Amino acid sequence: MNSGNPLCVAESLPDLDRRLVLATQTGLPLDARPYHWLASELGVTPEQVMERINAMLADGRIRRIGVVPNHYRLGYTANGMSVWDIPDEFIGAVGPEVGKLDFVSHCYHRPRVPPDWPYNLFAMVHGRSRPEVAALVERIAGLLGARQRGHDILFSSRILKKTGLRLGG
Amino acid sequence: MDALDRRIINELQGDFPVCEQPFRAVAEQLGSTESELITRIGCMLDDGLLTRFGPLFHAEQMGGALSLCAMHVPHEHFETVAKIVNAFPEVAHNYQRDHHMNMWFVLATETPEALQSAIDRISQSTGLTVLNLPKIEEFYVGLHFEV
Repeated sequence: MNSGNPLCVAESLPDLDRRLVLATQTGLPLDARPYHWLASELGVTPEQVMERINAMLADGRIRRIGVVPNHYRLGYTANGMSVWDIPDEFIGAVGPEVGKLDFVSHCYHRPRVPPDWPYNLFAMVHGRSRPEVAALVERIAGLLGARQRGHDILFSSRILKKTGLRLGG
Repeated sequence: MDALDRRIINELQGDFPVCEQPFRAVAEQLGSTESELITRIGCMLDDGLLTRFGPLFHAEQMGGALSLCAMHVPHEHFETVAKIVNAFPEVAHNYQRDHHMNMWFVLATETPEALQSAIDRISQSTGLTVLNLPKIEEFYVGLHFEV
C-alpha cells in the first residue's frame, strides 16, 4: 500500500495524459531535465508535458510528485488497520481529526455492513512494533472519547498478492 | 543513509517542482547539487530505501473504480480460497489479517459495473460472502515519514 493504489486508466482520458501516465508509471526519469526527457520520448514539447502534469496535479489525478520511502526500511515495520464505529452524526468531524494525526497514513469513511461489520471509519496506523501501534490506537480512542462506540485493530499477517499499476483498455 | 539522504527523504515526499531543471531547484534548497541529488535518489531506489520517485496517481480520478473487500475464510480452506481470489485480475492487493474477517483485498476495475461483477464472481467461485466496503469519503491519504 505504500507505493500507492493500483490504477485502471479509462480509455476516455486524453491521449497525452494517458501516455504520460504510462511513461511515468515506474517513476520520473533521473535526468537533469526529466520533463524534457519525457517530451522527447512522447514526441511533444516540454511545455505540453509540464502543462498536462500541472493540470493533473490541479484536478487531483496526480496526488503529489516526490519520493516514496520504504517504510519497512525506515523501521516502521508494524502497520495496523484500526477500525472504528463512529455514530453518523460525528463522522464528518472525527474523520479529519483522525486523518491529520501524524502516524495515520490513510483515513476513510466506509459503509457498515450489519451484522458482520459494525465499523465505518478506517485509519491505517504505522509504528515500529505492534505494541507501539496498539498504544497509538489507544491515543485515538482517548481523543474520540464518547464519539466512538467500539474499535478494533487488524494487523496484516501475510501479503497474499500485490500488483502495481495496471492500464485498462 | 547519511544526513543528506535523510534530508532528501524528509523534504522530498511531495512538491517536486514542475520546471525545466527541477533537481537543481531542489538541490539549492537542500544545500546540495543537481548531480549529487540525482545520484542520491538513484542509489536509494537501487538500495530499496525508496520504493518510488515520481508522480503518485489517484486511481478513481483516473476514471477507474476501486473498493476494499473483506471475507471470513474458514482456516482449513484459506490457501485454496487465496488461490481462487488471487487469480482474478481485478484483485490488485490481497492481505491476510488477524481477525475473524481474515482476507482483505482491493479490487480495481475500469467501471463500477465491472467491480460489482467481480464481487459476484468471487462470491460464487468461493461460496463465501464478500463484504464490499467502498470508500464513502477520503479524509487523508499519505504519510510523512520522518527519519
